[in-house]
Amino acid sequence: MDVLTENFSLYAQGFLGTVELTVYSSILALLLGFVMASFRVAPVGSLRVLGTVWVTVLRNTPLTLLFFAVLLGLPRFGLVLPFKVFAVLALGCYTSAFICEVLRSGINTVPTGQGEAARSLGMTFGQTLNTVVLPQAFRSVIPPVGSTLIALAKNSAIAGAFSVTELLGTYKNLNELGYSIIWTFVWIAVGYLIITLSISALFNLMEKRWGVAR
Amino acid sequence: MAVDPLIELRDVNKYYGQLHVLRDINLTVGRGEVVVVIGPSGSGKSTLCRTINRLETIESGRIAIDGRPLPEEGKGLAQLRAEVGMVFQSFNLFAHRTVLANVSLAQLKVRKRKKDEADRRSRELLERVGLASHADKFPAQLSGGQQQRVAIARALAMDPKALLFDEPTSALDPEMINEVLEVMQQLARDGMTMVVVTHEMGFARSAANRVVFMADGRIVEDRTPEAFFTAPESDRAKDFLSKILKH
Repeated sequence: MDVLTENFSLYAQGFLGTVELTVYSSILALLLGFVMASFRVAPVGSLRVLGTVWVTVLRNTPLTLLFFAVLLGLPRFGLVLPFKVFAVLALGCYTSAFICEVLRSGINTVPTGQGEAARSLGMTFGQTLNTVVLPQAFRSVIPPVGSTLIALAKNSAIAGAFSVTELLGTYKNLNELGYSIIWTFVWIAVGYLIITLSISALFNLMEKRWGVAR
Repeated sequence: MAVDPLIELRDVNKYYGQLHVLRDINLTVGRGEVVVVIGPSGSGKSTLCRTINRLETIESGRIAIDGRPLPEEGKGLAQLRAEVGMVFQSFNLFAHRTVLANVSLAQLKVRKRKKDEADRRSRELLERVGLASHADKFPAQLSGGQQQRVAIARALAMDPKALLFDEPTSALDPEMINEVLEVMQQLARDGMTMVVVTHEMGFARSAANRVVFMADGRIVEDRTPEAFFTAPESDRAKDFLSKILKH
């Protein structure tokens, strides 16, 4: 118990770091995932290829490797940004591949007739997707998007290894100060639980509000 | 008839893999004409209907609407589809929108009408198909016949030059078929150009200017309803009619 009270500001910093990473990466992942899912169902072949390559490469790369590639690779091409931004990029892009596939499976749950009806009325591909298909797909993807974002929150721990302030990384300082390793980790775990359970609660609420009525 | 051709198909061929579903189709539909397409299942009549607004692509041949060839993809195709309404067997109303929004949506997005203008037009059309009081319900709350009438109103909202009906009554209970056919009869009387794929022989007799009989991907007969139903020329059509008119 003392670990928490005596080092509250350290914990709080780490906690806020993880929250920040999670929120920014989630926004990036949702936006990119949305764009890539649109590409994967687009009538234009080159867009479909781009979407498929994006998903294949990012989904099949270990996240740690991706962090190395972004944090050590991009500066070589002259792109120097704060490590935190790099971490958000790596986490966001990685998770966008999963979001993309979740959205695409949601799109596939919408009967083809819905899209055909929209197109037969003269709506363009973008209008069909945005006003007819995605609003219906949205209801069925709420639970899996929630799971993917929870995974993102936990994956953000890898950023700690690249000297980005986040929750898991606080153990190093506390360990050096000689605190019990068990209680250090218990409080770290509680911190993660607060974040992941909040995401669960948010998505439960969304599901109640917009989910498919059965 | 057919002095002023609105829909023209020339030497149209379509394959599903090895299957040759449309064979050298030539068909002209004049402005204001009602053409009913009948034939056994698998004869290609639904596919024919869907090629006219390019929901199905074709391998060879030409399709023109009002003198303009059907564009490949993109904006041009979307514009042309707005001119040709389509009514589906399974209604395909937008499940997440109210009846009124279903009819208004494409007016807002495609015709760029103002919301109140679009809604006014939608209510007019719902009145015309007898569903004004259901405007604020969702499609799932309506019966099949009501949903199909909403679908017709939705197609009409674009002020199309022609309407395509792909088996509009095949998914309906018998007692609901008539309410849909009555709306279609009224449209025919008002001079709407219509291509109707159907099994409703009564509608074909009373509303059609021409009956097109298809079998195995070909147009076998293309005649007036009286001539077709009283004296079919081909054996295939005689066989078909003997089977369906027996009961």
